[in-house]
Amino acid sequence: MIGITAYGGYIPRLRLSRQAVGEANAWYAPQLRGRPGTRSLANWDEDSVTMAVAAARDCLGAAPDRQALRALLLASNTLPFAERLNAGIAAGALRLDDGIEALDLGGTPRAGLSALCQGLARARAGLGDTLVLAADQRHTRPASAQELEVGDGAAALVVGSGAVLAQWLGSGVVSVDFVDHFRATGETVDYHWEERWVREEGIARLVPQAVAQALAEAGVDAAAVDHFIFPTPFARLDGQIAQRCGVRAAALADNLADTVGDTGTPHALLMLAHTLERAQPGQLILLAQFGSGAQALVFRVTDHVRHARPARGVSGWLARGVEERQYTKFLAFKGTLALERGMRGEQDRKTALSTAWRHRQALLGLVGGRCRVTGQVQFPPGRLSLAPGQWLQDTQEPYPLADRGARIASWSAEYLSWHPAPPHHYGQIDFDGGGRLLMDFTDLEVGDVEVGTAMELVFRIKDRDDRRGFTRYFWKATPLRGPASAT
Amino acid sequence: MATGIKNKVVILGMGCSEFGERWDASPEDLMVEACAEALADAGIEAGQLDAAWFSTHMDDVGTGRGGTPMGIALRLPDIGVTRVENFCAGGSEAVRGAVYAVASGACDIAIALGVEKLKDTGYAGLPMATVGTYIPQWYPNAVAPANFAQLATAYAHRHRIEPALLKRALAHVSVKSHANGALNPKAHLRKPITEAQCLNAPIIAAPLGLFDCCGVSDGAAAVIVTTPDIARGLGKRDLVAFKALQVVTSNGWEMQGNDWDGSYLHTTRVAARRAYAEAGIERPREALSLTEVHDCFSITELVTLEDLGLSEPGQGVRDVLDGAFDADGRVPCQIDGGLKCFGHPIGASGIRMLYEIYLQLLGRAGQRQLAQPSLGLTHNLGGQPSQNVCSVSIVGLWDA
Repeated sequence: MIGITAYGGYIPRLRLSRQAVGEANAWYAPQLRGRPGTRSLANWDEDSVTMAVAAARDCLGAAPDRQALRALLLASNTLPFAERLNAGIAAGALRLDDGIEALDLGGTPRAGLSALCQGLARARAGLGDTLVLAADQRHTRPASAQELEVGDGAAALVVGSGAVLAQWLGSGVVSVDFVDHFRATGETVDYHWEERWVREEGIARLVPQAVAQALAEAGVDAAAVDHFIFPTPFARLDGQIAQRCGVRAAALADNLADTVGDTGTPHALLMLAHTLERAQPGQLILLAQFGSGAQALVFRVTDHVRHARPARGVSGWLARGVEERQYTKFLAFKGTLALERGMRGEQDRKTALSTAWRHRQALLGLVGGRCRVTGQVQFPPGRLSLAPGQWLQDTQEPYPLADRGARIASWSAEYLSWHPAPPHHYGQIDFDGGGRLLMDFTDLEVGDVEVGTAMELVFRIKDRDDRRGFTRYFWKATPLRGPASAT
Repeated sequence: MATGIKNKVVILGMGCSEFGERWDASPEDLMVEACAEALADAGIEAGQLDAAWFSTHMDDVGTGRGGTPMGIALRLPDIGVTRVENFCAGGSEAVRGAVYAVASGACDIAIALGVEKLKDTGYAGLPMATVGTYIPQWYPNAVAPANFAQLATAYAHRHRIEPALLKRALAHVSVKSHANGALNPKAHLRKPITEAQCLNAPIIAAPLGLFDCCGVSDGAAAVIVTTPDIARGLGKRDLVAFKALQVVTSNGWEMQGNDWDGSYLHTTRVAARRAYAEAGIERPREALSLTEVHDCFSITELVTLEDLGLSEPGQGVRDVLDGAFDADGRVPCQIDGGLKCFGHPIGASGIRMLYEIYLQLLGRAGQRQLAQPSLGLTHNLGGQPSQNVCSVSIVGLWDA
């Protein structure tokens, strides 16, 4: 049996108020006023790679063995690097085997589904389990409709054989050069064509073709579908497509438009992860996405769905959202508004690539050292253990820290240095089982932390070297929050 | 068995430039200002100097690397100039080099000089220093106020001190130093302040506000050292001798282990214990007449007073508020205004601390002169609480 063995998602904590955007732009674009709800907003230190890693951790928390993964496919149209394997960064952060096949995919929002299909094909060919990641953090022009419609997020699936929680039954694809929107290489914002033409000539014609193929291959009648997942930013279009495909209206999955917005490449997988949280064994899921044609897949939920749960899940991420009403913060985080940085913002953040390579395990995977003699854990790892009075050389073994519990030993929040989201919080973090790091904090407000606050670790952008266009990553601490403490 | 430095080396002369926003002066000018005073005080010519130690931290703000900036600025007589750097404890490190050189018998007269020209950087605080290629890839882009503010959050947690009470004690530390600095003609900040001003000041790094931070200044200070015999031979009567010179450098224990609770300075405790033993001091609270400690931030001073054994752990707040370290208190601290008001030209600070103790012991401190001091301590700290270099020096009237 081939299908999905684990799933997860990620939605950034910040949710930009559409009303706040409308009010800020009312002088210029009064038509944007009155839009309800929020859209998700990546923090300044998040991009498609970090969100993909967050989704993968949400997913792999439930997976039995990361080392069993043979491939990592990262689908996104907003990857930070045009040349440097973005999936390779994620593989390092997730401490996956160096022998893994890692690939970046993109070019269309349905690249997430393409990655899923590739993973399934690998499983069918006996090539092992694939981690499928999709993430987008799209740029839009201020006072545009897209600014309100899109959101930031990521999704993750493990596909393979064996104990699948959703069995793959069939797929359909239409690959044609139907251009509803485009973005030339080097550009940051999409150009869109007229909505009615896109709806009628594109989506309404191409999606049903792919769906029909998938249903036929699966041997499933459209009316039997229990969950129809079809992301679209156009209001009520998903219902119309369902009707055209012969799918019951009740099967329509929540497209998260009111809270998250359309996250682009990951959105179908994000909705799938959300659906799997409540899907019952035996139910049929139809998954479709539009873009340079269309793609569709059919799955049947199995009994394993009851046990294979993500660490936090889309519902968990949804519940921990915090409304953001600062429109200029949104613009600054997206790089649209260049705020004054002062002299401290002139710091050169050049990365020594040789050093980064030498310490890749520590930097990307947050792997410290544990002394076999004393049991002492330290970061960064080194040749000598931290054992005052003893010379213990080469006694350390790798000791991953990212998934361990942690607490604040000391902290501060300063307004002196330039920071994209002041005040700059950092402090000493003590890990359960040993180990201490002085590290940046993220995703928090003044008053959220004190000595003893329980923290968790997240993979984030450490610095951006604007002069050379390099992003470097490291781990940060954020207050451990359950859904109960949301907002 | 080491016998220590006690009474082996004395101060022949000292000098200190005016600290502050010295828009008028280059690093060379500041060095000349401090050295000229030291030479005049010592009653010798520059040609009589046998060796020199030079302390400066930011080589890219006008002082340059190596020993040549000092050799050239002071037209030294073809002697060896050793540049030392140990963060903000560099000045004390330079003194240690010069004193050890004299104590060893390798030279008769040595000079230690520290200088820093910070106001030409364009920064209101310390410029960000580069720390190699690895650390910036994981370590926060941390600034000094936040590193020391963590001492405050951990200290309050460790001793269960209400944040408002700690803020008041920290305010008292700064009010006291401003009151002292107002009487010092060479100090950078010479205006008294009130507790309310401190408490209401903008936050720089929680919980530290503007008045919890020391002045970032231009300045230079110099000390000329020799043996007691040579000093007497040069006609010196009242001699100030080194009783102890201790430097302790972190080995990573605080930052990498989990045992340190962040509420104190481990290196200060070790350095103080060794310095008291070297100087033969059993009860520092009774023995010491005054201290100049590294008050880069108000919390540093408060915690240091505990680490030096002048307050019990956790009692610094009470003692500070009781005025134990005020000018008229049990052991006056920063009678010259401290880093807080005299200012903090990094490489010069350790020597500036020594300068004040020297003036006080010789009764030359003017309006801020204490009644008959006999023994003083300087505490000079480089780095940050979790990873630092600490120097504790004790000087007193020569009595051997």
